[in-house]
Amino acid sequence: MSRMNIRISGLGGQGAVTAAHLLAMAANRDGKFSISNPFFGAEKRMAPAESYCRVGSERIYDRGELVYPDVIMVFHPQVITMQKSYTAPFYSGIQENGLIIINTPSDLLTEEDRKRLEDLNVNVFNHDATKLALEIGKTELSTNMAMIGACAGVTKIVSLKALEGALQERFGKKFVASGGTASLDEAIKKKYKKKNDLLKANMDCITESYTLSEGWAEKQENMKLVSV
Amino acid sequence: MNKSVELKNKRIIASQHVKLGQKNRKGQTYTDVNDIFYKAESTPSFLTGSEVIKEAIRRASVGSMVAYPITPQSEAAALIGELFAEDYLDEYFRGESEFAVMGQCAGAAFGGHRVYTTTAGPGTLRAMENFPMWAGSRLPIQVCVTCRGINSPLSIQPDTMEMHYLLETGMLVWHAETAQDLFDYTLKGFIVAEQPDVHVPIAICCDGFFVTHTKDTVNMTPEDLCLTPYDPYKAPVPCLDMETAPIRMMRDPFVMKSNYINYSTHASWQQEIKAAIERSRKHTVPLLDGLIDEENTDREVLVVTSGTAVSQSREAIRLLEQEGIKVGLVKIKTIRPFPFEEIKRATKNAKHIFVPEFNVGGWLAREIKSTIQNNERVYVGPHVAGGMTMPSEVIALEIKNHLKASGQ
Repeated sequence: MSRMNIRISGLGGQGAVTAAHLLAMAANRDGKFSISNPFFGAEKRMAPAESYCRVGSERIYDRGELVYPDVIMVFHPQVITMQKSYTAPFYSGIQENGLIIINTPSDLLTEEDRKRLEDLNVNVFNHDATKLALEIGKTELSTNMAMIGACAGVTKIVSLKALEGALQERFGKKFVASGGTASLDEAIKKKYKKKNDLLKANMDCITESYTLSEGWAEKQENMKLVSV
Repeated sequence: MNKSVELKNKRIIASQHVKLGQKNRKGQTYTDVNDIFYKAESTPSFLTGSEVIKEAIRRASVGSMVAYPITPQSEAAALIGELFAEDYLDEYFRGESEFAVMGQCAGAAFGGHRVYTTTAGPGTLRAMENFPMWAGSRLPIQVCVTCRGINSPLSIQPDTMEMHYLLETGMLVWHAETAQDLFDYTLKGFIVAEQPDVHVPIAICCDGFFVTHTKDTVNMTPEDLCLTPYDPYKAPVPCLDMETAPIRMMRDPFVMKSNYINYSTHASWQQEIKAAIERSRKHTVPLLDGLIDEENTDREVLVVTSGTAVSQSREAIRLLEQEGIKVGLVKIKTIRPFPFEEIKRATKNAKHIFVPEFNVGGWLAREIKSTIQNNERVYVGPHVAGGMTMPSEVIALEIKNHLKASGQ
C-alpha cells in the first residue's frame, strides 16, 4: 500500500481549498484513491487557511487535519515570514524524504530550518508561482493553479490530462462547495469574458509550471519521495 | 435484552404504497427501497458530504424541510433549498431558531408530511426539548445531526458529545462513518422510522467536517428513482386532518393531573416508545446488513467504535499490522437501538477492547461497558475533544502503550 499526504498552507482567498479539491479530483480520475478536505474553521482573506489532500493506492479512511505530511505546499511567503500557519514551524510533522514547495521569489528558510530539513532529507523547492500566474494566467488568482502544476510536475501524483478534466468539472459546470467558495468562483469567472478563456489560461499556467518543476525535480539527486 | 435478529438475504417488507411505480412531477419513479438499493445500478461520484445529503434528499420524496444556519450543516441546508427551487420538495421554511425549526417540523409531520431537517452542536441542544416531544407524538421526522463541539469556549469543530444527549430522547440514533453511509442511512432511515410498528423520529448523525466537508467517492442510486411517499394513514396514532383536529391533542389532558392514572399512562407510553425502538431492529438489520460490522473479531485486541473514529481506527489497524500487532474491528452503526447482543457476541474472545471517541466524556465506552461481561477489558480511549483531529498514529501508539503496560 502506498500513500502520499499533501498539506497546503496558504492565506484566505488564495484557493488553497480549491487546489486540494482539484488534486483529489484529478487523482480520482487517474484511478487512484483520494480524499480532500479543508481545515475546519472560519476563514477570511489573508488569514491562515489550510487544506489537505490524501492520495493512495488503496481506499483511504484517514481524514481531518494532516499532522504527518509527505508534501507541504506553501502558497504565500507570509505563511513563513509572519507565521500565518496552524503549525509552528510551518513544516511541523514533515516526514522523512518529504518535499516542500514554497511560492516565493527568494529563499525564506533560516539556517536552523535548513539544518532540520536536511537531517530529514526533505527537498525544498522555491518556486515563483505568483509570477507565473501573473504572466500566463494574467491574474495572481491563478497562483493556486501554478502550485498544483508544480506539485504534479515534481511528484507525478496526478497527470496533466486528469488535471484538465478536474478543471473542466470544477469550473465548467455549476459547483457549490460553500457560499464563500461559490462567490470566489464567480469573482474569477467575471475576470474573463468567457469561461473557456478562464479554463485555458488556468491550464496553460498549470502546464508551464509542471514543465518547470519537472526540470527542477530531475536535477535533485537526493529525491526519495514516496510515489503512488 | 433483545435477541439478535438473523435475517440473512431477507429484505425489509416491500412498499405497498398506492403510488408505487408512478412518476412524480420531476419524472422520478416511486420505487420500493429494496429495488432502489439492491436492483438498481449505482454510479460512483466524487462529492462532499453536504452534496451527498442533497443527493439523498433529491431521491427521498420529502414533503417539508426546515432550515436554520449553523456550522457545519449550513451548506447542506442551503443545498436542499436549491432542491426546493427545482421543485423536488413541497415546502421549505427558514426557522427563527433551532427550537422553532423543530416545532415547525412537528407541525408539518402532524399534518402528514415526510419531514427532514438538519442541525448541529449547540443547535441540537437548543432544539432538545422537541426531540422527546417528537418521539412521544410518534412523528417519524428525520434530522441529520452533523456533530460539532457544544461547550464553551466556542468550537465549530467536530465533537460527538451532542449524540450522548440524544440517547434517551426516544429517537432512533444512527451514526454514519462516511459520506457513503450518510447517503444510504438518509434514504433507509426514512423507511425504517416510518414503519407502523416503529414510527418514531430518527437522528442520522455524522461527524461534522470529517464527513460534511470532505470530498470522497460515493456510489449513488439512480437519480430517476425515488422513495415511495410517506403514508400518514399507516401511523399508529391518528394523523391530524379535518376529522381529527389538532386541538384534541391537548384538550383536558388527563396526564396533567397528579394521580396514579397519569403516572401509569406516562410510564407505559415511554415504555412503548422504547419498545418501538427495539422493534426497529427487524427492519434495520436487513437494510443496513446488521447493526454492526465486524472485521477479525476473533482477535484478542479489538477496537469498537462508531463514526469517523472507525475510519481513523481502520488506518491505525493497518499501521499496527505492519508492526505485527493484530487488531480486530467492530463498527457500531446504530446507537439506538443499541446492538447489545451483537456486541456481546463480537467481543466474546477479546482481552482488550479499545473505544476511541471524538468527545471528552467517553459515552460510547460507557454504553459498551454496561453491555458486556468482564468490562474491565474496556479501555476508555483514546479521546480527542473540541474538534481536534485524531491521527491514526495516535490511536496506534495508545494501543501499543496500553498493551505494553498490561504486559503484552
